[in-house]
Amino acid sequence: MKSLEELAKIREEALKKVDLRKERKGTRIVVGMATCGISAGARPVLTALLEEVQKRNLSDVEITQTGCIGVCRLEPIIEVYKEGDDKVTYVEMNAEKAKRVIAEHIVNGRVVSEYTIGAYEK
Amino acid sequence: MELYRSHVLICGGTGCTSSGSVKILEKFEQELEKHDLTKEVKLVKTGCFGLCEAGPIVIVYPEGAFYSQIKVEDVEKITEEHLLKGRIVKELLYKEAVEGDQVKSVNEVGFYKKQQRVALRNCGVINPENIDEYIAMDGYRALGKVLTEMTPEEVIDTIKKSGLRGRGGGGFPTGLKWEFTYRAKGDQKYVACNADEGDPGAFMDRSVLEGDPHAVIEAMAIAGYAVGANQGYVYVRAEYPIAVKRLQIAIEQAKKYGLLGKDIFGTGFDFDLEVRLGAGAFVCGEETALLQSIEGKRGMPRPRPPFPANKGLWDKPTLLNNVETYANIPQIILKGADWFAGIGTEKSKGTKVFALGGKINNTGLLEIPMGTTLREVIFEIGGGIPNGKKFKAVQTGGPSGGCITAEHLDTPIDYDNLIALGSMMGSGGMIVMDEDNCMVDIARFFLDFTVDESCGKCTPCREGTKRMLEILEKITEGKGEPADLEKLENLAYTIKSASLCGLGQTAPNPVLSTLQYFRDEYEAHVYDKKCPAGACQSLLQYFITEACKGCTLCAKACPVGCISGETKKLHSIDQDACIKCGACMEKCPFNAIIKK
Amino acid sequence: MAKNILTKENFEKLDQVIKKYKDTKGALMPVLTEGQKIFGALPLEVQKVISEKLNIPMAEIYGVVTFYSQFSLEPKGDYLIGVCLGTACYVKGAQAIIDRISKEANVEVGGTSPDGKFSLEATRCIGACGLAPVLTVNEDVYGRLVESDVPGILAKY
Repeated sequence: MKSLEELAKIREEALKKVDLRKERKGTRIVVGMATCGISAGARPVLTALLEEVQKRNLSDVEITQTGCIGVCRLEPIIEVYKEGDDKVTYVEMNAEKAKRVIAEHIVNGRVVSEYTIGAYEK
Repeated sequence: MELYRSHVLICGGTGCTSSGSVKILEKFEQELEKHDLTKEVKLVKTGCFGLCEAGPIVIVYPEGAFYSQIKVEDVEKITEEHLLKGRIVKELLYKEAVEGDQVKSVNEVGFYKKQQRVALRNCGVINPENIDEYIAMDGYRALGKVLTEMTPEEVIDTIKKSGLRGRGGGGFPTGLKWEFTYRAKGDQKYVACNADEGDPGAFMDRSVLEGDPHAVIEAMAIAGYAVGANQGYVYVRAEYPIAVKRLQIAIEQAKKYGLLGKDIFGTGFDFDLEVRLGAGAFVCGEETALLQSIEGKRGMPRPRPPFPANKGLWDKPTLLNNVETYANIPQIILKGADWFAGIGTEKSKGTKVFALGGKINNTGLLEIPMGTTLREVIFEIGGGIPNGKKFKAVQTGGPSGGCITAEHLDTPIDYDNLIALGSMMGSGGMIVMDEDNCMVDIARFFLDFTVDESCGKCTPCREGTKRMLEILEKITEGKGEPADLEKLENLAYTIKSASLCGLGQTAPNPVLSTLQYFRDEYEAHVYDKKCPAGACQSLLQYFITEACKGCTLCAKACPVGCISGETKKLHSIDQDACIKCGACMEKCPFNAIIKK
Repeated sequence: MAKNILTKENFEKLDQVIKKYKDTKGALMPVLTEGQKIFGALPLEVQKVISEKLNIPMAEIYGVVTFYSQFSLEPKGDYLIGVCLGTACYVKGAQAIIDRISKEANVEVGGTSPDGKFSLEATRCIGACGLAPVLTVNEDVYGRLVESDVPGILAKY
C-alpha cells in the first residue's frame, strides 16, 4: 500500500459490509416475509431493495425482514421507518415499485402515496 | 461487493470450536443454500465472543439476537423462523436475552453490560480472516497516522502519557520500555510479541490473536517505527493452533496489501513479521527465556540486566510486549493518550481482559475498566457461583499469584491493589473457587505445575519448589507435622528472594497466600487429619447413611471386600480396610453413601 | 518400536524442511517442530541428520529436544489422549477423569498402552476453560465431562 488514500478507499468499501453490525440510526425498511409474503413475491422485492440501496450507496438504510404484517391479501408489503417520521406502509409491491420507493421516498423524501396502504383503502 | 440484509456471526474461537461451531457453520451453509438465502444472508466466522460457557454462540444482526448453546439441529429452525420469516426463536436465545416478551440485544445482556472493550473491540464482530473487515473498523489507520504525521519520539510520548502498563503480568510502563529500546544503540533492532500465554486458565491473548490478529500486527509495525526496528517476531505457544493459523493468514494479507514489507504507505519505512512457535515450555513466557527460544535454544532465563531493551535477540536491542498490550496501541494512537488515561484508576489506566473460569456461572472472557471491583466481576458479570454454593476465593495471577477472599471482594481491581492483597494481576486468569475446593490442594496443584515447569537452571527454584511440593503432598495425605508449616514458609521466602527469574520468584506465592488466608485449613489437615472441603482423598472417609436399603450392590462393587451387612439391612464400611476408591458411592442407587 | 517411522520418505520430507529454513535465523525450533510432525518423534537418527545439515552440535539439539515437552524421543500411540489439567479443569474435577482413563485404557500418565493404541498425557491449559473439564483425543475435543463419560469416549476409538 503506497498511500493513505488507498487505505481510506478500502475502508469505505469494506465499511458497507460490516456496518450492519454496528449500533445505527437512519432508515429501516422492513419486508413482510412470512409464507404469505414470500408466495406473493416478497423475495424479488427484497432483492430489488438491496440492489438499489447498494447501487446508490445508501449507508444509513437498513433492510430487514419480518413475519406476517397481517394484511395478507395486500402482500407483498413493505414498511418504511424514517427517523422522525411516521411509518409508511406500501402494499402490493413488486421489484419496479420497490425501486421507485427507494428513489423517491428514501432518497428524495417524497412518499409515493399511490402505493401506500392509505391509497389502496380509498 | 454484495450487500446483505442480515449477518449471522458464528464464534470460531477455541471454546466454541471445541463445542462444535464448525459443524454449525456448515449446517447454516446448507440451510441458506436450501432456502436460497445465500445472496441475502452473510455467514461470518468470528473470534471469541467471550461468553464461552454459553457456546457455541451465534449472533444474528441487525437485531443483535444472541443465540447460545446452539446445536446442529437448531440451525434449521433459526434459518426457517428467524432468517426467512423474521421471527426470533426465543427459546434458543441466551437465557438473559429474553425478558418477558422483550428480546434484548446482545449488548444489553448482563455479561456484556458492564464491560468496556478496547483490546477485544473487534473480537466477535469482524471476520478475523478478512483484512477488509479490520480496515473497515479503522484498521491500519493508526499505522498510517504514525508513519505520516508523527515522529518516533511523539509516538513514544503518546504511549507514555496514556499510562499503559504491560498486560502480561508485571505491569511495567509500556512507554518507558519503548523509550529504552529507542535510546539503545544498535544497527539492528527487533520488536517481539509474547504470545506464550502459559498460565493455566488464561486465554486472553489467544482470543485476541484468534479474533483480531491484525490489531497485533498493526501495533507491532507501529512499535517498529517508534523504536527503529524493521523486523518483528511473534512467539506463539504451539497449543494454540487456531491462533497460529489466523495470525499467519493475517500476515499474508497484510503483506499482500503492502501493510507489511517495504516502503509502507510510501514513507520509506520497512517492516516484516515472522511467527515462531513454542514447543510446550511454560518458562518461555519469561522474556529472556522467550528470546532464547526464538534463537533456537533451550528456553532458559538469564539474569537481568542487561535487559532485552539493550541486549535481546541475537544480542540486539529488542522490544518485547505481550499480545494484549499491543492490542491497545492502535486505539491509543487514534483516540489519543488522554482518552485512554481517562479510563481506569490513578495508577492503572485503561481496561484489562480477564478469563473467568472455575466455579462460576458465566465462564468466559471479559474486558473491564481498571477499578471495577471483584464483586462486580464475579457476581454481576460472572453471574455468581453455580448450584447455590458459597464463594470461597478467587485466584488471580496463575501460578505466580494468590487467592483473594470474600472480605476483599470490594477491592477495585488494579495492579497495585492486587499486589497489596498478596496476589497479582498476572496475565488475567481468574479462577473462582467455592466451598468444595480445598485450598491446600490448590496450593499443591500450583506447586506441582511449577516443579514440572521449572527449567532447572537455578537451585532455589529447581530444588526448593520440589521440597515444597513434597511437604504439601505429605499434608494432603494426612501425614503432615506441625513443623511443616514453618518449613514451608521458610522455603517460600528463600525461593522468592534467591531465584533467578520471575517464575521462581513468584512460585511460592500460591502457598504464601493460602497460608495467609486459610491457615485454619492447613491446620485442620495437620492436626486433625481432616480436609474441611472434602477434597483430599486420603483424608476422607466413606460412610453409609440411613438411606441404605440393603441392596448389596456396594458390597459387590467393593474391590477389597470391606463392606458388610445383610440383605435389606443397613450396611457398613470397615474404615481400616477401605482404600477410598469410591466404587461403592458410584454404584449406590439410593445416594446413601457419603464421603467426608 | 511398533512402527517404523524412519522411512526414506520421511527423511526426504525432512530434507525439504531443512532447505526451507536453512537461511532463517534461529532455524532449529521450526525444523524440530516440523520434524516432530513428520516422524511423530525426534529419535537420535533424526537429530543426527538435522545436526549435520544445520551445522549445530548434536549435544545442543538433544538439549533442546529434551527441554520442550512437545518434542519426544519415542513415538506416541495411535490416539493421543490429552486431559487438560489447567486450573479451571482441575477445580472441576479433571483428576478423577484422568485416573479413570488410566484404569480403563491400561495406560499410565505420560505413557503408552501396551497395544500401542492410546497414549495418555496431562496437558497444560488448552484454553477451553468454558467447557471444563476437557479432554482431547487427537483432534477431537470432549468437554463438560463427568467421570462416567470416559468408557463411552474410549469405546469410540
